[in-house]
Amino acid sequence: MREMKPNAVPTAEEMRRASLERVAIDASCRRAVLTWYASAVFWLLVGSTFALLASFKMHIPDWLTESGWLTFGRVRPAHLNTVAFGWGSMAGIASAIWMMARLGRVELKYGGLLVVAAMIWNIGIAVGAGGILLGHSTSIEWLEMPRPAPIILAVSLLIVSACIFVNFTRRRERHVYVSQWYILGAMFWMPMLYITAQWLCVELPARGVVQSAVNWWFAHNVLGLWVTPMGLATAYYLIPKVIGRPVYSYYLSIIGFWSLALFYSWAGMHHLVGGPMPAWMISASIVGSMMMLVPVGAVAVNHHFTMQGHFHELKHSPTLRFVVFGAMSYTVVSVQGAFESLRQFSEVAHFTHYTIAHAHLGMYGFFTMVMFGSGYYMIPRMTGREWASNWLIRLHFWSCALGIIMYFVTLTYGGWLQGLMLINPDVKFIEIVVKLTPYLHGRSMAGCLMTFGHVVFGLSLVLNLSGVGKRFGGGR
Amino acid sequence: MILFLGFVLTFGSSWAGLVYAPRLQLGGLDSVGEAGTAQAYPRVRTEQEERGKRVYEANGCLYCHSQQIRSTTFGNNADIARGWGRRRSVPRDYVNDQPILLGTMRTGPDLANVGQRWSADWQHKHLYNPRMMVPKSIMPSLRFLYEIRPMVDGKPSPEAIALTGAWAAEIPEGSEVIPTEDAKALVAYLLSLDQSADLPEARE
Repeated sequence: MREMKPNAVPTAEEMRRASLERVAIDASCRRAVLTWYASAVFWLLVGSTFALLASFKMHIPDWLTESGWLTFGRVRPAHLNTVAFGWGSMAGIASAIWMMARLGRVELKYGGLLVVAAMIWNIGIAVGAGGILLGHSTSIEWLEMPRPAPIILAVSLLIVSACIFVNFTRRRERHVYVSQWYILGAMFWMPMLYITAQWLCVELPARGVVQSAVNWWFAHNVLGLWVTPMGLATAYYLIPKVIGRPVYSYYLSIIGFWSLALFYSWAGMHHLVGGPMPAWMISASIVGSMMMLVPVGAVAVNHHFTMQGHFHELKHSPTLRFVVFGAMSYTVVSVQGAFESLRQFSEVAHFTHYTIAHAHLGMYGFFTMVMFGSGYYMIPRMTGREWASNWLIRLHFWSCALGIIMYFVTLTYGGWLQGLMLINPDVKFIEIVVKLTPYLHGRSMAGCLMTFGHVVFGLSLVLNLSGVGKRFGGGR
Repeated sequence: MILFLGFVLTFGSSWAGLVYAPRLQLGGLDSVGEAGTAQAYPRVRTEQEERGKRVYEANGCLYCHSQQIRSTTFGNNADIARGWGRRRSVPRDYVNDQPILLGTMRTGPDLANVGQRWSADWQHKHLYNPRMMVPKSIMPSLRFLYEIRPMVDGKPSPEAIALTGAWAAEIPEGSEVIPTEDAKALVAYLLSLDQSADLPEARE
């Protein structure tokens, strides 16, 4: 955490020098960050298209069935992989590169290498998503991309991690802020997770249900040790930055970080609750999931008290609006997730759309919204242009915010009904299918709203990158 | 550096607990009976059944269909009461599955024992268009696994799928629907799904 001495007001000269330093740092990140972030938005648009296809196919089952490559079971994993590894990971890496430079108070080195890594990553996603559509999916959830895509991604990931670590050792600011812990953690964990999981699920596969254990250990840790740390790092950096006051409590942020590292990594087996697994494993994961209330509480309290008295600023700062929406979703989704792991709860919720709603609240309501906020803050500092239109930003926020709320409410309610019917053997299966149809339509409408927001955001970004907009007075 | 030590220890603990420990406990599990023969359970799949499993994987069946029967004490015993299986699934049922296809969603019914429920003919018709067999189904049609071709000498071949109702009128006069090798393999795989063998550890 930056030491903020309330009684030591910086002089005008110090402020000018700090401002120049930030301009130089931003300029050094320009190519790398723009490449990663713009690629991310490209995959967001591709992934949203797959999402809509999959969603509409659930209530128009005879649509586009002439050839195999657009069948539901291929479009659905293509959606997951393009949004999770294309959009989410790339936007997270863009934010991480920039925050690490800013917080270390040192210009980014090896920016060119990071641009190359982004290109490699893009090739990996294209090969992986294409492979899934052509019918080469591995059918292991979150690891569907067929060879050679995982190898390509792993190479890029190792380059990114190495660049981040080397830049970290070159830092001029000795104090290490909580955002840096989260990013270093993510950059350390993800390559290990990805390589271990690929190894034990695809290359030299573990036999039978052990493979399921590795699968969900990985899949849940992608959220817990990769996506969540990058999202929280961004929220921890941007909220204090925009409102101009330090984080409420240093100690809470320590507790939040280490309890997340310890407990989240144990949580994955609740995806297998009730399944043919040793009971102790599921129990261990339920404990891990419940203990997640500790880091979540710590982060929620910390962000709330940081924001206290500054909520009116949500009106003026699009960054803050997106990030605070994300931070609030994080609290809701994590508390929900902790209870969802309980056996009594899972008897209803498991195997239903309730879980899908939960996953989207996390990946979208929390992470994606934070990454939008991060883009709104970073991009003008990279291009030297303000956003062309406030109206477009507002349109983006409201269509995505309303879209995800509608998505969550519709599928949570529909999913719960589905769960209650599934465990009532007197209800015929086909009746469940029929009763669920209105909620599937609702999901498609919500998806259209979110996709519309993404197109608006894409338009804003293209305008900004092509130099439309007022000149940005940098240094802030 | 303490930070990195912490990263390694937290990560290592969950790896040891959730990856290494189950491997120690279950890694040595094998079929019962004479391994590698038709008498063993679970038996080794035929080449065609394995090919069918790959078709199942390629087309993402697992995003809507699970393959696991839960214990009588879980969820009002609904899995068994629905007739999806006679006993709960246990780790041994999956020792020959690579990858394992437990699934996490039930938009459609569980398939752990689907081989006991339907004939090959029913499966082909259902895959070609699910609504021909289950009018209100939302399962996608997998008709890209079937070939529509003119009948030879005006006579239907023995392999042809007997379409009914509107679906029969949809194809050109004098043509028939023939399953591709992939479709036949997929049906062979579905027919092989059967966990009815009595295993001592599955008794409750």
